[in-house]
Amino acid sequence: MTDRYTSFVNGGVGKGVAKRLGLPRPQVLRRYEVGQPLLDGSALVGGVGDAPLRGALTETLRSAGVELLEGEAVSSSGTKMAAVVVDATAARLITDLDDLRGVLQPTLRRLAPCARVLVVGSDPDQHADPQAAATQRALEGIVRSLGKELRAGATANLLLVDEAALSGSAVEVLESPLRFFLSARSAYVDGQPVRIRPAEVHEPADWTQPFAGQVVVVTGAARGIGASIATVFSRDGAHVVCVDLPAAGEALAKTANRVDGTALQLDITAPDAGERLAQHIAARHGGRLDVVVHNAGITRDKLLANTDADRWGSVLDVNLAAQLRINEVLLDPDRPGGLADGGRIVSVSSTSGIAGNRGQANYAASKAGVIGLVHALSAQLADRRITVNAVAPGFIETEMTAKIPLGTREVGRRINSLSQGGQPVDVAETIAWLAGPASGGITGQVVRVCGQSQLGA
Amino acid sequence: MAPPATRSAVVVGGNRIPFARAGGPYAHASNQDMLTVTLDGLVARFGLTGERIGEVAAGAVLKHSRDFNLTREAVLGSRLSPHTPAYDVQQACGTGLEAAILVAGKIALGQIDSGIAGGADTASDAPIAVNEGLRRALLDASHARSTVDKLKALAGLRPGQVVPETPRNAEPRTGLSMGEHQARTAAEWQIGREEQDALTVASHHHLAAAYDRGFFDDLVTPYLGLTRDQNLRPDTSLEKLARLKPVFGKDLGDAATMTAGNSTPLSDGASAVLLASENWAAEHSLPALARFVDAETAAVDYVHGAEGLLMAPAYAVPRLLARQGLSLQDFDYYEIHEAFASTVLTTLAAWQSEQFCRERLGLDAPLGSIDRDKLNVNGSSLAVGHPFAATGARIVATLAKELHDQPGETGRGLISICAAGGQGVVAILEAVK
Repeated sequence: MTDRYTSFVNGGVGKGVAKRLGLPRPQVLRRYEVGQPLLDGSALVGGVGDAPLRGALTETLRSAGVELLEGEAVSSSGTKMAAVVVDATAARLITDLDDLRGVLQPTLRRLAPCARVLVVGSDPDQHADPQAAATQRALEGIVRSLGKELRAGATANLLLVDEAALSGSAVEVLESPLRFFLSARSAYVDGQPVRIRPAEVHEPADWTQPFAGQVVVVTGAARGIGASIATVFSRDGAHVVCVDLPAAGEALAKTANRVDGTALQLDITAPDAGERLAQHIAARHGGRLDVVVHNAGITRDKLLANTDADRWGSVLDVNLAAQLRINEVLLDPDRPGGLADGGRIVSVSSTSGIAGNRGQANYAASKAGVIGLVHALSAQLADRRITVNAVAPGFIETEMTAKIPLGTREVGRRINSLSQGGQPVDVAETIAWLAGPASGGITGQVVRVCGQSQLGA
Repeated sequence: MAPPATRSAVVVGGNRIPFARAGGPYAHASNQDMLTVTLDGLVARFGLTGERIGEVAAGAVLKHSRDFNLTREAVLGSRLSPHTPAYDVQQACGTGLEAAILVAGKIALGQIDSGIAGGADTASDAPIAVNEGLRRALLDASHARSTVDKLKALAGLRPGQVVPETPRNAEPRTGLSMGEHQARTAAEWQIGREEQDALTVASHHHLAAAYDRGFFDDLVTPYLGLTRDQNLRPDTSLEKLARLKPVFGKDLGDAATMTAGNSTPLSDGASAVLLASENWAAEHSLPALARFVDAETAAVDYVHGAEGLLMAPAYAVPRLLARQGLSLQDFDYYEIHEAFASTVLTTLAAWQSEQFCRERLGLDAPLGSIDRDKLNVNGSSLAVGHPFAATGARIVATLAKELHDQPGETGRGLISICAAGGQGVVAILEAVK
């Protein structure tokens, strides 16, 4: 599970060797630790045109304890920047894009390691005027290219704000994605556009404990990414109900005890799995369920030419059909132990579900299916203020990917903008962000956690 | 001073690891390892990390001398609060149930609000003792003051005394193994081979069906790669069992009926059951599956031949029934420990025998028969295996869940466990609805 190359070229001897030979040196990414400041350094807030959100962005960053570059410090080339945030929501003309270039260009050589570039635009699909739509859509091209250009663990991402959200509640809706993308929690999310809608937002009393008092169900929690998800939710205040197959009970009990949660041995493909889950929540956790994370998944890789009905069916049943059945039960508003209004559903998709993968037709079907599910369900549940999102992990360092043959593994690891595989915690942090009480403005989205992998880009 | 008022102790739930055959996957696991992981599984199931439990009472039958504080050591190794007190109990195969009786009693008296009862046993990691002659010589040498005296003490050793003593499954006072004792009892009661095999098949089939419908999903946590009881043979049949040769009572000729199939194998495993006051369970949002109503322990004089070694439950049950004003038929489930298939069958035969009930129990009429469809409905020791001290908590948790799951408004279950030394421990649980 360790990326020996990255460790080597960042170590004492290896560092020198890599420098002399001109070998690529993947940055050891800054990752979140409790008590860590949002940014390791100061930030610049810029704008294009009227930049209607600029003031609000500035205020939000300031209240989050971020030191802002102002006055002479902005032009003094000696000061490194931990983040650059640009409000480009007002860009309507192709020429406005040059303003954006003008803001970004001088900052790029001054970025600190693991810096963040965050562009805020408005949703191009909402612009009837072709030039306005083109201009806003152009932001995506800029950000995706910038993600590939940046070095030393720096990332570039794009927030697309709904027109309706630009007025009034915009700031509240923006705070959660702003904090996520600037922080170390988003270490392995790069080159991603995320749409933000107007929503009623509940700012947590303590941003380090957003899930205080909440009950979170995580399926497939025994090991790997699932265990990491359980850990992150628990760290952030939740009581985690860790679900996995009865046969995985030994590892499940260890995870549950490590996160001070509860172990529930349950085969999610059992016809009564949803009922049993709801009964458990009703009887044991006060009947209120706040978050469901559908993480459990299996692979049964084979070329489609060699795939029999069993390999096909088991993958689709575990990865897709089971969560549909469970959702149906948990979303019955009259059921004790069901998902509360304002609750969250986060499913784990995969870049294979976006790009396809040789030998994974069944797996890709299930993971692409998850995306379809998320789109449909998010629309259906909007009036209950339940958000439904997915994350699509790319190459993540797990027991599973450690079994990939070395050559294939090295390629998978390196063909992304950060030149390294992600950690399970990167997926977990992204899920926890989407599930947070302040993330009500994000629904029906698929956020890739892939270091801007070239697969399915 | 007035006697303290009593309250109900309820069974919240249980946990065990799958039971393994001796020399199987747990061959290198100690009693402490197994008991610790079993407690941790219980902690995970009920969200008890860091919780101070009133007490943990558990034990082992085959026990190393270094395990003098087995249960407390297991608690310290678990995720329970280190402020949880613990003590060891040892009553042969009755250990687990006796531990539950102790815990339930303290809860009923209000001395504690919660408690865990359990047990572990390993026939694989059994202690091997040095020969008695060697032990004496070593002790004498350690007590000796001078080197010369030490050497003198050791000089007396004879080659034969260096051979270690392996533990034997034999009654110290008769030299007969438990199987040999039971073979005599079975012959005396004319228990047939076929009915023993039929009970065995039922045990395996019931256990397999229970696993298949997920009954054990919240009772068992896998350990060391074992996910179901190793001894379970879902496809066993009367024909297959009929092929086995008798292993006990071979000197009885045609009356030898007990085979490796209809006797429990030597096993490794551990189990635990969480008991509490109803208040404690409610405060922790934990279920109350069944009430621990009452219990009784009896002993028989098997040494002088007056009674079979494993017949004590036949005496304990009628005493418990009399105290509770119940008849043998007033139960929805019977959990009779299957030390051997013939143990269950002799016990049932004894309760149906007018002579036995009149002469041995002093009753006017026999207790009668039971509805066999209510007996060991999810399998018992013949299929599960029988790590001695682990059987009691396994049965308490299983019965409590059976009672809770059954559709009726009320439900009552009887537990009967025979133990070495001519003892029998029995108890009654009632559904909490």
